[in-house]
Amino acid sequence: MSKAIAIRRTRRVIPGFGVTLGVTVLWLSLIVLIPLAAIFLKTAELSIGQFFAIVTSRRVLHALQLSFGLSFAAAAVNLVFGMLVVWALVRYRFPGRRILDAMVDIPFALPTAVAGIALTNLYAGSGWIGRHLEPLGIKVAFTPLGIFVALVFIGLPFVVRTVQPVLEDLEKELEEAAASLGASRWTIFCRVVLPSIFPALLTGFALALARAVGEYGSVIFIAGNLPNVSEIAPLLIVIRLQEFRYADATAIAVVMLVAAFLLLFVINALQRWSEARTGRRL
Amino acid sequence: MTLLPYSEYVPHDEGWIAMAPARPKARKLDVRADPPAVKWAIIALTFAFLGLFIVLPLINVFAQAFSKGLEVYVAALHDDDALAAIKLTLLVAVVAVVANGVFGLIAAWAIAKFDFRGKNVLITLIDLPFSVSPVVAGLVFVLLFGLQGLFGSWLAAQDIKIIFAVPGIVLATIFVTFPFIVRELIPLMQEQGTEEEEAALSLGASGLTTFFRVTLPNVKWALLYGVLICNARAMGEFGAVSVVSGHVRGVTNTMPLHIEALYEGYQAAPAFAVASLLALLALVTLVAKTALEKRTGKG
Repeated sequence: MSKAIAIRRTRRVIPGFGVTLGVTVLWLSLIVLIPLAAIFLKTAELSIGQFFAIVTSRRVLHALQLSFGLSFAAAAVNLVFGMLVVWALVRYRFPGRRILDAMVDIPFALPTAVAGIALTNLYAGSGWIGRHLEPLGIKVAFTPLGIFVALVFIGLPFVVRTVQPVLEDLEKELEEAAASLGASRWTIFCRVVLPSIFPALLTGFALALARAVGEYGSVIFIAGNLPNVSEIAPLLIVIRLQEFRYADATAIAVVMLVAAFLLLFVINALQRWSEARTGRRL
Repeated sequence: MTLLPYSEYVPHDEGWIAMAPARPKARKLDVRADPPAVKWAIIALTFAFLGLFIVLPLINVFAQAFSKGLEVYVAALHDDDALAAIKLTLLVAVVAVVANGVFGLIAAWAIAKFDFRGKNVLITLIDLPFSVSPVVAGLVFVLLFGLQGLFGSWLAAQDIKIIFAVPGIVLATIFVTFPFIVRELIPLMQEQGTEEEEAALSLGASGLTTFFRVTLPNVKWALLYGVLICNARAMGEFGAVSVVSGHVRGVTNTMPLHIEALYEGYQAAPAFAVASLLALLALVTLVAKTALEKRTGKG
């Protein structure tokens, strides 16, 4: 009752609702919504048959499989190592911890083109890492393995930054109670800690996946970009654009957009789940 | 409601509540104490993983930049095309930051200070650019303003060039950085409520005065935080800009595109020299961000 009154009064006192909301919706429409709608408008020029012919052609299918498959693998690696990193940063005190903590954000802050050439140089045959791998018969740069390395790099912060606050807030009493009941450390981790951070882990995984699927800058340098071998879907969009095959480019973009929206939907659901479970906003 | 204070996409704090009280020091018999072997193995793996994937590439940028000596480094940055790229990058970043800053304040005012239906939908739509591939972000503007695009022939008739020109680069950058600032402002402004504004208004201040004298000072650190990460992303954006730029050296090449042109032209050392500037920007951004997080009790 009192809340309803407060809201009504607020509406009357604070000015500018109409103007600010109007400007917000207008600017959002001009910059984001209308441009995105253009994609679907352009695709509507194609018949369903044409659309599927483009999307299921060998080269496009391979690019999509490569993008999604490697993104999934990279996000999985980030899930495991991200968990280790979070555990070390939150639970242990060791020299260099604060610096490592800050470093986790580097993939966010470093421009993708810079990351791309740095990784390529590192893993090329003459690079600091590549020269030790090449004699073992492992080629990273200019192969799908290189794409995987780049995707691990750019997805690295997501799992860490999503799980970190949740693990920090985890109440000690829960673990103490479990220990007092005779549970081992491992059992406590699996039965008490893991269930609490599980939604956050999945959210981080999904965020890393979403970012990796659309990634372009850090990948194209190291990928080699051979059609049907190491050509990712975003690159194929660029190639089709350069060939002025706009319909093809748009059809691939639609597939990626729909996938992105689905992921966004899953991420939102995961965040609500995590909120319900831990009472904490992600 | 899933209102996330975004810091480059990942929400990483409780919001803007004052800093939590320090955790009491661990007691001797800590149930959380892992066996030393496990502890040090995890720490070693953390160092190895972050060292391999983050520290090494970063060091490599600077090592390669100076690999041909200081002269090559300086020459690479004094090159006319490089200077033009730096200027264009700064211009694009300033426009993107100002546009998204003004929009962020306006949108956050509407969303945080009022209740209305469809608010969650609006927030989700503002977030959309986060989940769109940069390449697709560039593509949408080509489809709108390119020669074959919806407005292409009309623009050509008016002799207005957007695609393969600076306006296209600016538009694509604004799109890509769209949510960064507003996402930092909304949770804080919601937290602060409307009481201070109401007090100012009841004392006779006008709406604008209230905004500039009460609201803006209250959110200045969050605004600065948003500006910081928006700027970093705007200066470093590659995919979206690459699609709309046309890659004319000295004209429509931003710094990342200039780096690409040099690198593909087998001029690795100059490419890394320009890259080292952007890497430096990233490091400065991170330091400033960490300092701001301390100030705001964030992180």
